[in-house]
This record gives sequence, C-alpha cells and structure tokens, in this order.
Amino acid sequence: MNPSNYVVLSAVLFSIGAIGVLVRRNAIIVFMSVELMLNAANLAFVAFARMNGNLDGQVVAFFVMVVAASEVVVGLAIIVTIFRTRRSASIDEPNLLKY
Amino acid sequence: MTELMPAEGVFSLIWVLIALPLAGAAILLFGGRRTNSWGPYLGVLTVAASGVIGVLMLLGMMQNSPEQRTYGQTLFTWVFSGSFQADMAFQLDQLSIIFVLLITIVGTLIHVYSLGYMAHDDNRRKFFGELNLFVAAMLLLVLANNYLLLYVGWEGVGLASYLLISFWQHKPSAAAAGKKAFIINRVGDVGLSLAIMLMFVTFGSVGFQDVFGVADQASEGTLTAIGLLLLLAACGKSAQFPLQSWLLDAMEGPTPVSALIHAATMVTAGVYLIVRSNVIFTAAEWAAVAVIVVGLITMWMGAIIGSAKDDIKKSLAGSTMSQIGYMITAAGLGPIGYVFAIFHLLTHGVFKAGLFLGAGSVMHGMNDNVNMRRYGALRGVMVITAGTFIICYLAIIGIPPFDGFFSKDDIIHASFERSPIIGILAMLAAGLTGFYMTRMVAMTFFGKARWEDDAHPHESPKVMTIPLIILAIGATFLGMALVYWGNIESWLEPVTGVETVELALPSWVYELTTLVLVLIGAAIAWVSYARRDVPVEAPHGSWLTRAAREELYGNQVNDALVVQPTYYTSRLLVWFDNKGVDGFVNGSAAFVGGLSGRLRRYQTGFARSYALSMVGGAVLVVLALVLVRMS
Repeated sequence: MNPSNYVVLSAVLFSIGAIGVLVRRNAIIVFMSVELMLNAANLAFVAFARMNGNLDGQVVAFFVMVVAASEVVVGLAIIVTIFRTRRSASIDEPNLLKY
Repeated sequence: MTELMPAEGVFSLIWVLIALPLAGAAILLFGGRRTNSWGPYLGVLTVAASGVIGVLMLLGMMQNSPEQRTYGQTLFTWVFSGSFQADMAFQLDQLSIIFVLLITIVGTLIHVYSLGYMAHDDNRRKFFGELNLFVAAMLLLVLANNYLLLYVGWEGVGLASYLLISFWQHKPSAAAAGKKAFIINRVGDVGLSLAIMLMFVTFGSVGFQDVFGVADQASEGTLTAIGLLLLLAACGKSAQFPLQSWLLDAMEGPTPVSALIHAATMVTAGVYLIVRSNVIFTAAEWAAVAVIVVGLITMWMGAIIGSAKDDIKKSLAGSTMSQIGYMITAAGLGPIGYVFAIFHLLTHGVFKAGLFLGAGSVMHGMNDNVNMRRYGALRGVMVITAGTFIICYLAIIGIPPFDGFFSKDDIIHASFERSPIIGILAMLAAGLTGFYMTRMVAMTFFGKARWEDDAHPHESPKVMTIPLIILAIGATFLGMALVYWGNIESWLEPVTGVETVELALPSWVYELTTLVLVLIGAAIAWVSYARRDVPVEAPHGSWLTRAAREELYGNQVNDALVVQPTYYTSRLLVWFDNKGVDGFVNGSAAFVGGLSGRLRRYQTGFARSYALSMVGGAVLVVLALVLVRMS
C-alpha cells in the first residue's frame, strides 16, 4: 500500500480537527477535535517512520500520546470546574481575560 | 636626619595627649543629656590634663641634648597595602611640642572662658564636645609622623571648624558660613591629598623621616609640584590668598571658637605644614617664592580689610589673615625664616586669643552687638577687659617689650636680608597694623559712648576675665622669655635649621623705622577715631574703604569665576538631561505605550478567534515553506 495515502489521511483528519476547533462551541467537542489533530499528527509520524525505515517517528508518537494524556487530565478538570460554576460548557462565554 | 628616640617615661604618654580630649569629645557627644550638668567641666579637664602632660614632656625634653629630642611612638600599623604603609605613629620633637603647648594651654584658657561665655546656651554640652574634638584633631595633626595621619588631623580640624562655625545653626547665615568654610577648605585639602600621592609615587613613602631623608634625590620639578600643592593646602586652611574668603564669614561662630580655631591654632596649621616640610621648600626654590608672594598678598589684603570693617570680629579676622601672611612670608624665606614664622605663630596665638576673647567679653556686655560704631568709652565700665585688650593690642602692633615686637621685627629683619622689597612691604604692613588696631581700640574703649538705648555694658564674670589676664601676662612676657631666656632659635634649630641674619644696616635702624611707622599709623587712627566723633552710620567712604568693606571683592571674584560658571553649566546639563536624555527615554516609552494601546485590542477574550489566528499563522508558514520549496 502506498505510504502517501497515510499522509493524506493524516492531513484530512488534521483538517477535520482544526475545523472542529474553530466552529464548535461546546468545550468537550473542541477538546475532542484537538485530540483528533494530535492523533492525525501521530499518524503522520508513524507513516514517515515507516517510509524512512527508522524508529524516530514512532518514539515521538509515544511522546505525543503521553502529552495528550496529560493534557486531557488537566483540560477536562478545567472544563468540569468551569461547568460547575457557570452551568455551561460553551467556549465563547468565558471571555473575561481580555483587554 | 635626627634619630628617633624611643618613647619612654613621660614620652610614652604621647598617645594620651590625643586620647584625653578625644575621650572627652566622645563622652560629651554620645553621652546625651545625662552629661549636661558635668560635661562642660569634663571638657575643660581633659584639655587641661593634656596641657599638664605637655608641660612635663617639655621639661623632660629639656633634660636631653638637642639631637636627642625627637621621640617616636608607634601604636599599630594603620594602612598596609603592597608597598604602601602608614602607621598610627607619632613624632614629638621641638616643633611639635611648641604646638602641643600652644594648643593645650591656650585651649584650656579658652575652654575655661567658654564656661562663662556659653553659660546660658542650651547646647553647652555639644559646644564643649566639639571643642574637645577640635583639640584632639589638632593634636593629631601636629603629632603625626607621616603625612597620611597628618591628613586625618587636617580633616578633623576642618570638621570641628565646620561644626563650630555653624554651631548656632538656627541662623541661616551661620549655617551658610560653615558650609562656605568647609567647601573652600576642600579645595586646599585636594592639594594636600595630591601632594601626599605625589610623595608616595616619588619617594615610596609618606613618613616624615623617609620623605625628608631622600627628598634631595627627587627632581626639582617634582619637588616644586609637591611644594605648590602643599602651599595650596596651606592656603585653604590658613585663609591665604586666593582661598581667603571663608575666614571673615567664619566669625559667625561663637567668639571662643573664633579665638581658638580661627585665630590661635587651626588657621596656623598651614604654617606648620610648610615649616614641617621645610626640606621640600628649601630644595624647591620657586615653590618657596610662591609662598612668599602668597604671604605678602594676604598680609596686605588682611590689613586693608581689617582697616575698614566696623564689625569688631571681622576686623580681627582681617588682622589674623594679615598676621598669618607674615608667618607664611617668613616660612617662604627659607631656613632664615622658619624659626621666626613659628615664633610669630606662638606669640600671635597668645595675643590674638586675648584680643578675640576680649572682643567676646565686650560683646557679652553689649547684648552681642558687634558693631564698633555702637561702642565707645567702654574703658570705664570694663576695666579688666579694656586693660587686657590694650596689652594684647600693644603686643600685636609690636611695641617693645610686648611679645609681638620681638617676633614681628625678626620677620622684618629676615625679609630685608632676602630682598628690600619684601622687607619694605612687611614694614609698611606693620604700620597698617598700627592703624587698624588703634582704630579698633579707639572705637571700642575711647571716644564718646554711642551705645544703643537698651545696652547696659558691664564687666564679665571672673571665669571670663581670669583667662584674659593670663593671656595678657603671656602677651607681655612670652617674647622676652623666648628671646632672652629660652632662645627659641637654638631650640628649633635641629628641626628647621637656622641662618643668622646679616643686615646691611644695624638692626636698631630697622626696629626704629618699624616703630615710627607703627606710631604714625596709630596716630592717624587716634586722630580720626578717638579725637573726632565717630558717626553711628558708616560714611560713604573712599573707593578703597568701600572695596575693603566688600572684603576686596573676594566673594564677587569667587562668584564670577567659580559659582556662576558652575551654575550655568549645571543649568545647561539639566536642560540637556530634561530635553535630550529624558526626551529620548520618555519618547520611546510613549511610542511603545501607544503601540501596545493599539495592539491590545486584539486580545478579545474570544478563544475561538485566537484559534483561528493560530491556524491562519500555521497555514501561512506552510504556504511559505511550499513556496520556498517550489522556487
């Protein structure tokens, strides 16, 4: 199978994730889109590792997974806390931190 | 070079001479109010005790042969850095002991007098503490065995002088006078510190013994430079031209201060410095000539100013300048004059202290009025003050057998031996001394009473008159004693060297001429100020009188040459600072501030727009990479 297909798939997934982040208001959905982008990047890493015949890309993919897991822990905690105080998971409403 | 004798017996107490008044100053200044009641008496006692030790040392010194009268005492190494070493070490020799006795004995008398003069002052304790500090610093100055330690004493007396001139600091004029004295002295002090550095570079040491031992190996240019720097230092401390203008303002201080610091001791430190460094001035001829010129100019300036001032203390201050001009002139004459400079310094210390304390006693009885035009006919109500003042007056104008006669005539003889011009100038200045001192005595004690309505002149208490009497006795007999009995010339010979004066004419010719000139000056003053009525308001006067009242425009010259240029330079720098430096700094801050005011509008708080700009940025980066790759 042509390895470039994996890269194309990765680009498609990444774009879907990016558009999801931009257009959705629910913080959980935005978060899922971010995960999608991260995993698209992982897919690209693994594909390139396969194409180049060394393990560097796969190692980086593990690192990305670790970071993503940590990020999920912290991010979900923040979202839950905000939901508890504001009764809303909309990403547009908390806008106090501005000029 | 004379060998240093170990300090044994009474001479092991050299450090105690300084430590006693220093301890007195520390106790009085740090002790606070609990020392108020007994502090002043302690202040008198410490100085008197130093005086007793000084007398014992003189007696001990006289038992040794002249070559064995230099005693050294090293307490500890004070500064040690590389090849530079300065010890906390003292040297007591024939020259130092004269100063020690002058400082402590006249100092004791003035301390006692101050008990009466300052009796009603709230800050009496502070006064005596600072006076003790002065005595300690002055003793350190004359006992140091190296220039660096001398410099400590030099600065110490400057500090004490500053504190005491502005003792009545609630008066703005006194505070300003203190600052003026301190700042002008600073100019001289720079000269001294540069001289010390130059000595260390040239000779590798700042000790008296080391420097004088190898002074003749240095080039004449270096020695001249050191000599001129030392002269600058002496000009500052001794109020010599061109640094003379602080002394007249220094009269703002209490009168005992004027007597002790600004007449008898501190202002003669410059003479001490030159005589102590005689080896350098003997080797550097042009520096010595500069010393003579400065001395002559100041001798005349002081006398002219003293002739026109109506303020009794300022007139006396002019006289002090003039007499120190005599000493400086004598010190510039070389080995022939060093002894006479010190001789005149000693007699002047006694009679001028008497004159100042007498003036203080007059002021005490006249509600602290200093205007001689408001005195007159005081001889009847202040018998002791008038009597002692007149004795000291006869001493300063040089009437035999009072002590000023001997010392001043010696200086005039030595001047004639060097050059008739110097001699004639010194002789004419003696005539002028006769004029201004007679004017002072006539306006104060003779003529008609011109007292203000609320003035009730009275004689001062005994605690003030007894020191006056002792000083008057000193002014009568000291000269004779030092010429016929003590022979000051052979006493100082090991330190300064001596040359016999050989004159073209017999010495009585010079003495008689001087005496006649003095009497002419005195007669003119007597006719003008005792026979005729003295107007209460000062008349307009000739241009010379007006110039002398303005202190020969010394302040104006300083103002034009130093103060105004400094003022305008700092105005220019302030302008440059405000417009240039601050303009640049403030301008860049305003630019950044304005720019961020615009940029902060992009911080909307809308998270998805941040995400959009990040994606946009990422797309731009990718596009740029693609474009670069394709080209």
